[in-house]
Amino acid sequence: MNSHFIPASDAFANPDPDQPSLSLAEPTLAEYFADNAGDGGVTAFIFEQLHAVIASGKPLLWVQDRMSQREAGKPYPPGLPQELKMILVTVSRPVDALWAMEEGLHCDAIGAVLGEVWGDPAALDFTATKRLAMRSEARSIPALLVRRAAHPNLSAARQRWRIASLPARLDPDDNRAPGEPLWQADLFRARGRAPGQWVAGPGAQGVTLAHHVHMKLGPDTAQNDTRAAG
Amino acid sequence: MTNMTATRMLQFPGRRTTALAAPALRSASGARLSQVRRMMDQAGAPLWGMQPALMAPLSCSIRPSGPALPVTQRGAADPLDTGDGPATDRDALSRRIVSMHLKDFAMARWLRWAAARHDAPPDDLPVILAAEGAHGPVVTATNRAAILAGLHVGARVVDMRALCPQVRIVRADPDGDRAALDKLMLWTRRWCPWTAVDDPDGIIMDTTGSDHLWGGEAALLRAIEGTFGVLGFDARLAMAPTHGAAWALARYGSLRAIATPETLARLTAPLPARALRLDANTVLLLQRLGLKSVGDLVAVPRASLARRFARAALWQNPLLRLDQLQGRKPEPVNARDQPPRFAVQARLPEPVQDPTPYLPDLCVALCEALAQAGHGARQVTVTVYRTDAEVSHVTAATARASRDPGHLRRLFDDRLERINPGFGFELITLDADTTEALQAVQSDLNGRTDDGAALAQMVDRLSAKLGPGLVCTPSAHASHIPERSLVWALALSQAPRQRDQLACTQRPLRLLDTPEEIHVLYAIPEGPPVQFRWRRMSHRISRFTGPERIAPEWWNDRPGTLLRDYYRIEDDSSRRLWIYRVGIYGDEERAPPRWFMHGIFG
Repeated sequence: MNSHFIPASDAFANPDPDQPSLSLAEPTLAEYFADNAGDGGVTAFIFEQLHAVIASGKPLLWVQDRMSQREAGKPYPPGLPQELKMILVTVSRPVDALWAMEEGLHCDAIGAVLGEVWGDPAALDFTATKRLAMRSEARSIPALLVRRAAHPNLSAARQRWRIASLPARLDPDDNRAPGEPLWQADLFRARGRAPGQWVAGPGAQGVTLAHHVHMKLGPDTAQNDTRAAG
Repeated sequence: MTNMTATRMLQFPGRRTTALAAPALRSASGARLSQVRRMMDQAGAPLWGMQPALMAPLSCSIRPSGPALPVTQRGAADPLDTGDGPATDRDALSRRIVSMHLKDFAMARWLRWAAARHDAPPDDLPVILAAEGAHGPVVTATNRAAILAGLHVGARVVDMRALCPQVRIVRADPDGDRAALDKLMLWTRRWCPWTAVDDPDGIIMDTTGSDHLWGGEAALLRAIEGTFGVLGFDARLAMAPTHGAAWALARYGSLRAIATPETLARLTAPLPARALRLDANTVLLLQRLGLKSVGDLVAVPRASLARRFARAALWQNPLLRLDQLQGRKPEPVNARDQPPRFAVQARLPEPVQDPTPYLPDLCVALCEALAQAGHGARQVTVTVYRTDAEVSHVTAATARASRDPGHLRRLFDDRLERINPGFGFELITLDADTTEALQAVQSDLNGRTDDGAALAQMVDRLSAKLGPGLVCTPSAHASHIPERSLVWALALSQAPRQRDQLACTQRPLRLLDTPEEIHVLYAIPEGPPVQFRWRRMSHRISRFTGPERIAPEWWNDRPGTLLRDYYRIEDDSSRRLWIYRVGIYGDEERAPPRWFMHGIFG
């Protein structure tokens, strides 16, 4: 697999071939939907994109609401990248989660802000996501919002992904064991590029995307990236 | 500073003081106090149940220390380090101690409560408070009408009822009285920062250096007495250089007696021997010896007293008590917590409900004081002193020492609403409870703040708003049990750091807080299951690796704790999970092993 590093902007400039690599070169708000709380593919997919942030030595602000924490588990640093510095914030209300994410986006010392919000709370509307997106772009801090048990309603997120696990590669040493993981990455809404579907896997520089599938889209949906999708 | 009359440093005992702004405005005015009284009459039951706000826990206690500071101390020992009062090598007569005796405190408190419920008895109706005694209820407090009717404290209630059939009997509440006195003690810190309860019905205040803010010592005593009178309490006050002398003068001396080191001997000489805080037997003994007053005792040669009372305890030892009264034996005001070293206050001309507009000026003044001393605050408290003798406060902690006024103010955003203002308050203080030495450093030439400070300020804001326990950072712990191998430390107390390098086998990205039990179907009992039910869904295992055996920690675990066999599996919907079995299959002594879901892989 081709694993040389290409910034995301370049990678997205030529959407036709398979995307070799994907990283968070242009910090903005991205939403990641997961259908199943017991599926760790979203977390792994996000951390594959955070290589550069983690290498910079800046801490990650991880905001979880209680439902996400109970259903999908707490982060477990022994399984996360070794250089990762982390501040974990547990909140009870979605409003507090959004507030904590915004506080993190105010602070230059933070490398990235990762939020996990359960369901479709009323507080997480277009205005809230627009605020997060603009703060993220103003401060150049990536904001990542993981949503579980949620509908892809109206949102200002610049990229909206749906991530699910695929059967792992074969382990070369043990044919009964799961090897390197693979994920189904479905970019169903993006600003400045066409959506698509990939088979994603871990790479040296970021997520490696392969087997690009073009989305069949209507003429108007490609124009306005803030419309409801799904 | 528009409507704030004065923002200044409180003056603290034993320290040089710094006046930051205009002199004090006398707060108590008759019209306003009557208004307060009216409001209190409408108040309903007194709000005795208020709990002090939770203090943010800090992992380590920080004491000011380090380089030479502009604020100098006179004693060799730092009072902040001894924790319970002034240093012993200081002149014991240099302090100014106020003792307050609240006469008939329990009855006054009950009358206040009854008046708030519109249930106050008429003045001519005898009322007694009664508590259970060895032989039936015993009178513990009487009102004025009861005294006139011949009822007295200590008698049995049945006897008193025979004497005066129309007497109203109320159950005494000694615990409530103690709690109320405790709260009043906190409220008296509006006059000076160092107060303590003087059991059972008094308050002791160290007003050294505070009296000039109130126009002198006599004016201070008058102000305290007047304010307590408005609240319905009969306070007898005295000021003296020692605790013992103030106690004696408040109870047995003239009204609002003020003793200086020069007049101490003359004023205390005529007081009775009871004024030495001795128990009744010792007082009786002294009377039989003909020593009826303090002056008589002073006249006795010291050696004789020492010989007679050599082994007596403090409350039976007139010599020790005499030494305490005369300042030969130190007796510091034993406040529960040490007074803050850095504090500013705003005294308002009339009671207000919202402290928010005053906070920026207070923060600026506090930060100026901290900057002068080369200190930064780790914990700050906003306290409001309400007109109805209550204190409310809100505390915020910081991850590292700070003296940035804007930052300190932002820590109280959205939190001042938790202050219960009652009918308003006229005094706001901002205390730096915990401080650390913080030198001005320039870390960089480009003029930007360094990342550590920005990160710490963000942690402060998150902790102040959400609660310090909810903002955590992982910290490694020496254990090989997965859930014990890390602890979540407060981000306030520990900066986020990298994980130590471990040659570890594969671990999940996420760990469930509590392992969830799964119900399994085996292919072979010793291996992993073929199928299991988790969260009401059936999962078929397509691939697995394992087991990884993790033994219990015999030095930590209870005897009988079983080992765990972990399997990393992939199920039919491609989720990669971490499950384990507790115990070994085929152990006849135990029930069949149980299985649990513990972690989620990427």
